[in-house]
Amino acid sequence: MKENVSKHKTAGVVETQYYTFAYPPDGLELESGARLGPVTLAYETYGTLNENRSNAILALHALSGDAHAAGFHEGEKEPGWWDNMIGPGKAFDTDKYFIICSNVLGGCKGSTGPSSVNPETGRPYGLDFPIITIKDMVNAQHNLIDHLGVNRLLSVTGGSMGGMQALQWVVSYPERVRSVIPIATTANHSPQQIAFNEVGRQAIMADPNWNDGNYYGRELPAKGLGVARMVGHITYMSDVSMNDKFGRRFRSNAKPFKFSPEFEVEGYLQYRGDNFIKRFDPNSYLYITKAIDYFDLANGKGMHELLKGIMSRFLIIAFKSDWLYPAYQSQEIARACKLAGVEAIYCELNSAYGHDAFLVEVEEQSRLIKHFLRSVTRGLNQA
Amino acid sequence: MDLIRPDYLAILDLIFPGSSVLDLGCGNGDLLALLEKERKVRGQGIEIDDEAVFNCVAKGLNVFHGDIDTGLSEYGDRSFDYVILNQTFQQVRKPDTVLQEAMRVGERVIIGIPNFAHIDARFQIFFKGKTPVTPSLPYEWHDTPNLHFLSILDFYEYCKQRDITIKETFFFGAHRKVRFLPNLFARTGIFIISKIQEAIT
Repeated sequence: MKENVSKHKTAGVVETQYYTFAYPPDGLELESGARLGPVTLAYETYGTLNENRSNAILALHALSGDAHAAGFHEGEKEPGWWDNMIGPGKAFDTDKYFIICSNVLGGCKGSTGPSSVNPETGRPYGLDFPIITIKDMVNAQHNLIDHLGVNRLLSVTGGSMGGMQALQWVVSYPERVRSVIPIATTANHSPQQIAFNEVGRQAIMADPNWNDGNYYGRELPAKGLGVARMVGHITYMSDVSMNDKFGRRFRSNAKPFKFSPEFEVEGYLQYRGDNFIKRFDPNSYLYITKAIDYFDLANGKGMHELLKGIMSRFLIIAFKSDWLYPAYQSQEIARACKLAGVEAIYCELNSAYGHDAFLVEVEEQSRLIKHFLRSVTRGLNQA
Repeated sequence: MDLIRPDYLAILDLIFPGSSVLDLGCGNGDLLALLEKERKVRGQGIEIDDEAVFNCVAKGLNVFHGDIDTGLSEYGDRSFDYVILNQTFQQVRKPDTVLQEAMRVGERVIIGIPNFAHIDARFQIFFKGKTPVTPSLPYEWHDTPNLHFLSILDFYEYCKQRDITIKETFFFGAHRKVRFLPNLFARTGIFIISKIQEAIT
């Protein structure tokens, strides 16, 4: 599937753009009450905004994602993280829709985050960066959408943490969102999910190079971040998909016994872990996982109360083998829609890929999303 | 366009324009799509089969992927004007619970059942000594989704025992309505039921 990407039509060569706003003294007010500014969001767009400005879709990325969702950067071989879903004729068809993707607040791929320079000190924020939430990410994106001249989004969508942002969008700005497609996600982070994130954070903070977050310009806490990433990858796969991918096979170049990686699964995890430092900031990992852990859409109250009166249509997608964000969490969202009388579709897809399914199960997701977007668009034209 | 099934037409006739409809076991969504088109209903389906759910989404319908036995408890009382169980009542694990829930959730409940006592079925049992396979009961014994086998008389009796009011009935043969000895000649029966005794108008 992935190998064939280059043969398919893509969004072409794309470039990341930047929008800076919330300059001091006002800044962006965060949920914590703190103010942050200026804020820059890195973003990319694919397709063309139509005359009515009614075909814009906001795609939201997961924990380690970035603004580069589709197409290719000049001179690069790897396409964006959701290239199999965004492009001409694809689920999010760039011939029909204008798709926006931005790096989240707190991220490290061009948007303001702990590795950005604090204008007050001239040095990277590090742990001086304020605590951020999913709601803060969404509020920042709201500024970007205004800047792009989009009044009402045709849809907001994303998997995992992207799905949380999508849900937060519809709750925070219901009048700005016609439909929402939360995928493999939850309306509140469970203790098991928090626990896995905490192991990741502890691994980073246990790395002596972490140095209370002051490592910029020095040796990086690469090993800690690597272990965090390894834990993450385990939770993204399923028992079945790991069996299929690695079995109990040994690596061809396994060295004599010294606790070096012998099994293929060990080698894979180490490789993924070791390489993560090249593209991700350990402090961003801490901040973003914390934002995910704080996420509780209804703040402990009834979600259906929150959704009452919302006119946006929901397409909720879960995957049977996803044990990190199990289907029951998506069913809770669907249930709240039922109770609130919100128009919704809930679909549980068969996949062996675990949580990763939202990135690789292209065919069935595309079928659902294409039809859903078509009927949302039809509703728009009738109105 | 395909000929619209006679039971669909009967249901279509019953439904007031602009009402809200919950279709339990909506299959490919043909009935719900028809109701949305012709009656502008606010429709919601529940369906267990993956492929059928895809087909519903393709028709622009709102559908929940799940089973009817557990999918109703979240709805508030009288959330829908109509709850439809067309050819699905005999497939649920706990018909009693589902029917009670359907009557709680919907103002009116429309139930369509295959008639196990149709003359064809009787012949097949009596002369062939085999489990009947008929147009309304098209499955072999080993691959049927039907968990309960009932006749039109059975359903009358069932409702009587539970103080369920049958407000209207329609019986169908292969192509047309059946008015004479439905328990013998009707392949399917459609019942509009309600828990509440309403004044006869």
